[in-house]
Amino acid sequence: MSAQQNAIDALIEEPGFIRQLGLFDWLWASVVLAATAWVFMQYGSNMDSYEIGILSLSAPGLIGLGWFWKAFRPYSLVVAALSLLGIWLYGGSYANAEAVFGLKFLFSSQSAIMWMSALFVMATVAYFGGLLANSQFTLQTASAITWSALVMGMTGLMVRWYESYLIDPEFGHIPVSNLYEVFILFCLLTGLLYLYYEGRYKNRSLGGFVLLVISAAVGFLLWYSFERDASKILPLVPALKSYWMKIHVPANFIGYGAFALAAMTSVAYLLKANGEQHNPQGLAATRLPSLDMLDDLTYKAISLGFAFFTVATILGAMWAAEAWGGYWSWDPKETWALIVWLNYAAWLHLRFSKGWRGIPMAWWAVVGLFVTLFAFLGVNMFLSGLHSYGEL
Amino acid sequence: MRKSHSNGSRLINFLGSMHLAISLLVVLAIASVIGTVLKQNQPYTDYQIKFGPFWFDMFRSLGLYDVYASPWFLAILAFLVISLTTCVGRNLPGILRELRHFRESIQEKSLRAMKHQLGMTSTLNSADAQSVAQRILAKQGFRTRIKTADGHTVIAGMKGAANHWGYLLTHIGMIVILLGGGILDNGSLGIRIAELQGKLKPETRNIAAADVPAISQLPADNSAFRGSVDIPEGSHANIIFLPVRDGYLVQHLPFDVEVKDFRVEHYSTGMPKSFESDLVIHDKDLPKPLATTISVNHPLVYKGLSIYQANFGDGGSLVKLHLLPFTSRYAAQDIDGKIFNDYNLSSSDRKYALELKDFRLYNINDMTQPDGSTKKQNVGPSITFKLRDETGQAMEYQNYMNPVPIEGRSYYVSGVRSSPADPFRYLHIPVDPKGTTDRFIRFLSDLQDEKLVQESALETTKTSMQQAKIDNTQVEDQVIKSMVSLTAIFARSGSQGIMDEITKRFPKEKQAAASEAFMKVLRAAMEAVYQHTLKQEGVTGEPSEADLAFFDDSLMAIDKLSEYGSPWLIQMKDFKQIEASGLQITRSPGKDVVYFGSIILSIGVFLLFYVAHRRIWVWIKPLDDGQSEVILAGSSNRNHPEFERYFEKLQSLFQKTIGQDKR
Repeated sequence: MSAQQNAIDALIEEPGFIRQLGLFDWLWASVVLAATAWVFMQYGSNMDSYEIGILSLSAPGLIGLGWFWKAFRPYSLVVAALSLLGIWLYGGSYANAEAVFGLKFLFSSQSAIMWMSALFVMATVAYFGGLLANSQFTLQTASAITWSALVMGMTGLMVRWYESYLIDPEFGHIPVSNLYEVFILFCLLTGLLYLYYEGRYKNRSLGGFVLLVISAAVGFLLWYSFERDASKILPLVPALKSYWMKIHVPANFIGYGAFALAAMTSVAYLLKANGEQHNPQGLAATRLPSLDMLDDLTYKAISLGFAFFTVATILGAMWAAEAWGGYWSWDPKETWALIVWLNYAAWLHLRFSKGWRGIPMAWWAVVGLFVTLFAFLGVNMFLSGLHSYGEL
Repeated sequence: MRKSHSNGSRLINFLGSMHLAISLLVVLAIASVIGTVLKQNQPYTDYQIKFGPFWFDMFRSLGLYDVYASPWFLAILAFLVISLTTCVGRNLPGILRELRHFRESIQEKSLRAMKHQLGMTSTLNSADAQSVAQRILAKQGFRTRIKTADGHTVIAGMKGAANHWGYLLTHIGMIVILLGGGILDNGSLGIRIAELQGKLKPETRNIAAADVPAISQLPADNSAFRGSVDIPEGSHANIIFLPVRDGYLVQHLPFDVEVKDFRVEHYSTGMPKSFESDLVIHDKDLPKPLATTISVNHPLVYKGLSIYQANFGDGGSLVKLHLLPFTSRYAAQDIDGKIFNDYNLSSSDRKYALELKDFRLYNINDMTQPDGSTKKQNVGPSITFKLRDETGQAMEYQNYMNPVPIEGRSYYVSGVRSSPADPFRYLHIPVDPKGTTDRFIRFLSDLQDEKLVQESALETTKTSMQQAKIDNTQVEDQVIKSMVSLTAIFARSGSQGIMDEITKRFPKEKQAAASEAFMKVLRAAMEAVYQHTLKQEGVTGEPSEADLAFFDDSLMAIDKLSEYGSPWLIQMKDFKQIEASGLQITRSPGKDVVYFGSIILSIGVFLLFYVAHRRIWVWIKPLDDGQSEVILAGSSNRNHPEFERYFEKLQSLFQKTIGQDKR
């Protein structure tokens, strides 16, 4: 009886969260903590209280993210290593961007972002190729290319951050201050969100759809940097010199990225639903994930996006209160942020309380992307207002 | 008790309905678009020009020029608050029940009908099965209730009830935000009510603040406002202006704001780095005046009022002006001026009023480099003024203080336009080798000197006729005469004057030939005069390439003088810049309320999405043989795919511990 009792006890025993963590989890935590401590010792004297606050919150944030999503750990380590390599190659002189091979062709921010762009487009092709050919190997390759694109893009942003200080210490700022930089951020966050869900659902068939949006963003990015010389690092205008920018902008782009993801899973949903109805043996009906999974993924992406968009808008209001003299001025950008928010709020209400699912909601999520796109780009292009960071 | 629907309950049903809520969200979104498409709060004259009288009045009566303060927009927001409140009120009892009730009285039938359920027979007796089940649920983090009745026991567990707090917090958060922002901070609502009561009337005239009547003024204890004021360096103010549709109100402040200094810091590229003002607050409640510095993103908060660096402009700079006449008949004149002041000028044939409008220390313009590329470059200080003649017509000028280099040559540049809607047309006066306008002015006055022109014409005609070996006094006379008259016309009215002369004197088919001949003669005459001008300056021998370029530039400038509209080139010789700091001053008592609502909303959103309310029931009935019958069932209000996986795990756990292979 006692042996049986023990066996039952062992089964019932639910290890606590901390006890579930393995060696690598603790290793990760110590690497992050060591890096944070090093940064603080090296640069702490130059930081103000907000920066110390941000640093001390980003350490647990990174540890948590690494524990929650294991694949994030090698990713961030590679990005850190390559960024440090890029910084080391600069050796304190911006002129090296053109002179040193490793910078000119790989890790200067411009080159790294070109690599990111090329790799994203290749990954899009590979994902669709793998889906059409039903080749797991090709799909795995596509995932690997996407990871590489994300590594190069993030490295590019990190190095760009350093470059801004190298050009002139007074210019230095986090690279989320203009349309060029936030487009890179958009590509990266959308890609990372996608890869997280790819790992979680163990399904690679949606990659092409999501990467299509990223490729479109890359297309814009290339046009913008070649045609408008947008990649040039310029100092911040006084209105953007605020610690709020560092948190408001990334939070916003998690929202935008998630809404883009939701729109593309909805496109897949519509294709699948259409395929099942009209051509049950066709590619769309057989190769794409189940409608339930697509629906669930769309919901998860929209709720993630909505949560972050809510926080980002509130942070934006708090920033506005400090910069413009009012937390809400009905400025076109603010108003369109509200419109995007109301749109997804209505979507979520229908799903929560009416239990709406299926084709109309998928269409709505697709339309939502266009509303979001207008808030993100259209406002800067067609309407004038206080948000002046991204004039086209 | 449940009676038929009364009107009241029908109204509550309507206000709390999901249909209304979703409709309101969509209507609010669409209404919000209007104000982003039509630029808000512009001067009414702009709208009049844009839409014409009919649509202008139509749009005005719809409140489209200030959509977000219009009654119908506020009504939508009010409806939203009512709908939200009704929803929360209606759902609250249900939610409280959900939070408190474990549903331990649930029937076997209901459990077996659930989507997630598993029935099994256990070798354990009911007491043991119950204790194991209880331990499992406790370890899984469920709070439990037990009920024994009619020969069976139900263990009801639940966790994640905070999800319902998510519902409450999001909706209450929105109500708090809307009330805080829409009522506490809504200055325009109070103004509108006072206007309807006839207690307040916005001022539309452009008059000094001291002259604004009491009906357009608001006392310092007004609870919420947002306005602005420009204060010159060294001055102070205790009022601000609140824009109201096409007018404004004067808002008194509970203290006095003095601007000591305003600064613009620049990056090495010339882009502005920071705008900041040194302020002193004078308040009788302060033991001594409060001195502080504000900048963009760093406002001052004092006595519940926030003072922001919003703008800047000229605050009445002092300028030394030199009026250089384009004709030797007028004397030059110097003026010690102050921006925003007017001066009467009487040194010319006509009387003018000089109105000084603006001074700018930096002008970062796109400049063409010698290699053809354009680069942003600071071309130094400029002054903007109007010259108004006796009829009231005014021309606007923008004159740069320093010579501006263009394609390797330097010019004094003056822009002129007759309407603010037009772009400036520029007069480029070439700079002589000494860096002055002397040569240009001398050349111009030489051209205006008939006797001198005659002499030069005689000389040059003689020389060229000798060279051509022609001897004909009649032709000579005629050439000289036309040289003199053409030069006079050109000096007076430019090439347009010459063209007028030609159209007057020749039939159409001969005009082209005549114009060519005229230009040749005119140019020869002016070259001769220019030789003379150079000689006076001490330049002898063949003119250099630079001298020839100067000649061409001078002709271009003289050609434009007739259209220039001013008998003088008004040069700024010196200045003392006095800037004005544009301050935005607000009182926003609802801000903290809105922030509180925002925090509630944020917490609520995450609870709503990332916490699922899960319930698990274990139903146990003892069987005759000492074994027991067990039903495991569960439900979740969110994230069903996740719950399905979880329930599978729980199921296998129950099978291994309680089911004991006896399935």
